Amino acid sequence: MNLISWGMYPKIKNKKFLLRDLNTLNNYMEETDEFIPFGNGRSYGDSAINEDVLYVKPYNNFLKFNKITGILSCQAGVLLSEILESFVKDGWFLKVTPGTKLITVGGAIASDVHGKNHHVAGCFSECVEEFTIILANGKKKISKKGDELFLATCGGMGLTGVIIDAKISLKRINSQFIKQTTIKTSNLRETFDAFEKYKKLPYSVAWIDCLAKDKNIGKCLLMVGDFADDGNLEYKSKKGPNIPFNFPSFALNTLSVKAFNWLYYAKAPDGISKQKVGIDTFFYPLDAIGNWNRIYGKNGFTQYQFILPKEHSYKGLKEILTKISDSGKGSFLAVLKLYGKENKNYLSFPIEGYSLALDFKLEDTLFELLDELDKIVVKYDGRIYLTKDVRVSKEIFEKGYPQIDKFREFRKANSMNEKFNSLQSKRVNI
Amino acid sequence: MSYVLIIGAKSDIAKEVARVYAKNGYNLYLAARGANELKDLKQDIEVRSNVKVEIKEFDITAYNTHEKFYTNLEEKPLGVIIVSGYMVEQKIAQKDWDKSLNTINVNYTGAVSILNIIANDFESERRGFIVGVSSVAGDRGRKANYIYGSAKAAFSTYLGGLRNRLFESGVSVLTVKPGFVNTKMTENLDLPEKLTAQPEDVANDIYNAQQKGKNILYTKSIWLLIMLIIKHIPEFIFKKMSI
Repeated sequence: MNLISWGMYPKIKNKKFLLRDLNTLNNYMEETDEFIPFGNGRSYGDSAINEDVLYVKPYNNFLKFNKITGILSCQAGVLLSEILESFVKDGWFLKVTPGTKLITVGGAIASDVHGKNHHVAGCFSECVEEFTIILANGKKKISKKGDELFLATCGGMGLTGVIIDAKISLKRINSQFIKQTTIKTSNLRETFDAFEKYKKLPYSVAWIDCLAKDKNIGKCLLMVGDFADDGNLEYKSKKGPNIPFNFPSFALNTLSVKAFNWLYYAKAPDGISKQKVGIDTFFYPLDAIGNWNRIYGKNGFTQYQFILPKEHSYKGLKEILTKISDSGKGSFLAVLKLYGKENKNYLSFPIEGYSLALDFKLEDTLFELLDELDKIVVKYDGRIYLTKDVRVSKEIFEKGYPQIDKFREFRKANSMNEKFNSLQSKRVNI
Repeated sequence: MSYVLIIGAKSDIAKEVARVYAKNGYNLYLAARGANELKDLKQDIEVRSNVKVEIKEFDITAYNTHEKFYTNLEEKPLGVIIVSGYMVEQKIAQKDWDKSLNTINVNYTGAVSILNIIANDFESERRGFIVGVSSVAGDRGRKANYIYGSAKAAFSTYLGGLRNRLFESGVSVLTVKPGFVNTKMTENLDLPEKLTAQPEDVANDIYNAQQKGKNILYTKSIWLLIMLIIKHIPEFIFKKMSI
């Protein structure tokens, strides 16, 4: 069985090795020229794809949980969903979680993922106390907050070694519900104003209607919220339908995207409304549909995610949204989010500003459009998110990441560039 | 809360089954040969779920130890799940009698030995559940896998009879027939993705089917259809086929 990423592209033949114990890992590392660790296959592009892939998910034991400090030790293959299933009922939640809970702890560190609370809580590395990693020479090393290995590995896309376990700290909650406020806006200016107005609330995200034209460009549903305080912790993870096979590729066209966006947008009441929703509905709406990536058809899809510094965000986003709207290429989902201060990690994606993420079905003319978008991103000092990317050029990538040379040197100095590589790392030469 | 006894607890499917039952509040006896290798799993489950986990040394082919093993369990389990399995490549098994015999003993004889004892207890207590993990390979003899398949066929037949016998006592018996599962056992096989289940999905299916009192579970469910077709191919055609 070949391992593919969430975007189902590229599909290359690969050899997978299941990580079960450290002895066999040592042999594997000695025998294998180069490989890349792979978690649960939720990164979209080619960042965890190579001819040899180390499948880390089976290495998934919980090791220890301190009920007073909320610090959990677990192996790298543990899924965030498993952490929730065990600890929400005792009043614990992840300090930082992305929009899917179906990722491994190792993957969360390697992508230094972030979530709806980035503007107040930062990236996943904020909750990582320490981790254990196997380096290129086969040696085990414990890395603690602040050391160079930590800075390079958090956000380092698995290119510094095999993360095998970690200590992460959870946060206290007193409800399985979120008090949500939904704000419907009618253009980009209103959207920005709403983000700023509600930025004291810890969680916020906006769904943008990408097919809106002219004065309606940037209209959105902004959802903000915080945990309720009702003592109800009866969390049961939600299971929805599964998409059993790839949809035919014509299933998703401008018309169906329009219909979806319209339904989604029309469903919400005008102005401001309030709801009380569960953890899964608020944080992980798409996890409820198993294999939702299959709606894009067998050719796969990609997610284009970029971030622009705050001072250029409005202008840049307006330009990019106009370009997409003119192209008529439908994006099923477009997610806009306000980010807080950037951290010190060499390759973490977030900077202070606004990020937009858009899904595109893969088709012939898509990459041309994305190349055009790249130019606008670079013009406004923005950057592309490696975890989502499958096509960015070395030149565009480098411009966004001023610490890239430090990362390259660190890899070289520790022979990591000879052992850990993905298709992506070779494309952008890191 | 009641105990569930998992036999063959070192397998990938058993590991996930143990986690699912623990998540639903059951205490566990984890039994296997070389049980000290289960320490990590015990720790894992105790951190995940607030249940008691006890490790028990158990050799399914050491038949004369089974009675004592069961008698020594301080608290008798509410249910037992047999996950033990042994498979070698057909080409090797058909040339090596010891491997053939071990296939039969682990997959069938040993399971009969321990289940006879447990069934008598459950029958007299008029409660409990029995789950046996058999295989779709037991549904029809194929040249690619018939030694393993015939042992599983015998096990499936045994479970069917047991279900029939214990029905009156209110003891449920579930026969599980997994198709391809992504485990150690199949690590070196090139399995088709759409037909291959993950161990955690098999475990969830087992738990749900057992709780509902189902009789036979194919997992993934598509295997019910596949085996229905395979079982109905006439023998004069089937004998010429390579599947």
